[in-house]
Amino acid sequence: MLMKWLVDFLFRSSIGRKVVMSLSGLFLIAFLVVHLLGNLQLLAYDGGRQFNLYAYFMTHNPLIKTTSYLLYLTILLHAIQGISLAWANRKAKGRTYAVSSNAPISSFSKYMIHFGMIIFIFLGLHMYQFWLQMKMGNAPVLSYPGTDHPVQDLNALVVEAFANPYYVGIYVVSMFALGLHLWHGFQSAFQTLGLNHPKYNGLIRMVGKMYAVAVAVGFAVIPVILFFRQV
Amino acid sequence: MELQLKIWRQKKADSPGGFEVYRVKANEHMSFLEMLDVLNEQLIAERKEPVAFDHDCREGICGACSMVINGRPHGPNQGTTTCQLHMRFFKDGDVITVEPFQARAFPVIKDLVVDRSSFDRIIQAGGYISVNTGQPVDGNAIAIERDTASMAFDAAACIGCGACVAACPNGSAMLFVAAKVSHLGLLPQGKIEQDGRVQKMVAQMDEEGFGNCSNVAACEAECPKQISVSNIARLNRALIAASFQSS
Repeated sequence: MLMKWLVDFLFRSSIGRKVVMSLSGLFLIAFLVVHLLGNLQLLAYDGGRQFNLYAYFMTHNPLIKTTSYLLYLTILLHAIQGISLAWANRKAKGRTYAVSSNAPISSFSKYMIHFGMIIFIFLGLHMYQFWLQMKMGNAPVLSYPGTDHPVQDLNALVVEAFANPYYVGIYVVSMFALGLHLWHGFQSAFQTLGLNHPKYNGLIRMVGKMYAVAVAVGFAVIPVILFFRQV
Repeated sequence: MELQLKIWRQKKADSPGGFEVYRVKANEHMSFLEMLDVLNEQLIAERKEPVAFDHDCREGICGACSMVINGRPHGPNQGTTTCQLHMRFFKDGDVITVEPFQARAFPVIKDLVVDRSSFDRIIQAGGYISVNTGQPVDGNAIAIERDTASMAFDAAACIGCGACVAACPNGSAMLFVAAKVSHLGLLPQGKIEQDGRVQKMVAQMDEEGFGNCSNVAACEAECPKQISVSNIARLNRALIAASFQSS
């Protein structure tokens, strides 16, 4: 088979499988920054004009559309490989100890699969709520002066969803899980690639923690603010 | 001091195991293993089966003693093997839970004794350097930079006890393999065979049924020789490089 060694490395070798987790994770880390910057436009006081035009651009630019399909594949790859690794690890450990250890370990690292599952289930809801509604053309259509094409009012979908306190709650809890997943995941991705040196370990850990907090808080405040604007 | 011991008893590999409770009088000068010797003398006097546990040098360098004490391989002290753990670190009346190392690749043979021959097979797969036998070569014939020699020596401190596997929630042997790959691969004599060594040792590790590293770093916390997870990063680098550059 063509490139059999590469397929064996990426999907059979324990280290190669972790490299897949690391690289896909780093790609998702980069994506979250772009997604968060896009979402922050929801907070503009302009009836959603800026956000809607941004969403139109993101869904009509061929380069960004291609990247988005790569993104969906990456999410699936990260989830499937992660579940498969967690399953293998559980089997490799067997029985757990009667007394749990209090040894110092990388915080939240033992619960990556649990946080990951929460995030994956959340993604199902999230994609249904916004992505699928947009694809089905269920959002109201607007046309802004100065543009030559109609634009879906996705801002209205979002604002409507976050009038519901249960949705706000689900989003906030899911973003908390995302933050904890990233707290370990960010620095773990570098360690898996072999990037570990006293000269820059401190920097990776600090940036990772700051990133995890910024992303979780950044995403979580948007539904909260939109909710309180409507009460 | 009087202690209450909750010890995992298992007749043989395929029989079900369970905890049994024993009372033992010890003094704070004893090592943990000497305390178990006292318990065994007591059991023998009562015509009961003594507790089987691994031990050899009893001076912290052979890697034979194993067991998980209160959820921690080699007990609560950092950088200490079970044989070097003294009873002065426990208090009178303490309840101590003692279990065998737990991992699929370390099946229990009896009581606290586990089969760690999977480590031997990993070493046989590539954890050596090929040299002509004969007179030993001059130790200083090849100059080695001081920092490199220190790193190699830190990794070479691994006694292959398996506490890393026992501590790991995934039952992964990465710290052990990383220590061997580092101690050999950092030195000029070991560099020559490094690509093949890394691939063969990792393949054997996977075949033995060890789990996958998720960078929890419990291994580093429990290693009696305090081997750093930076060695795991070196192993990752070495395997990635070997996968892309070997024939």
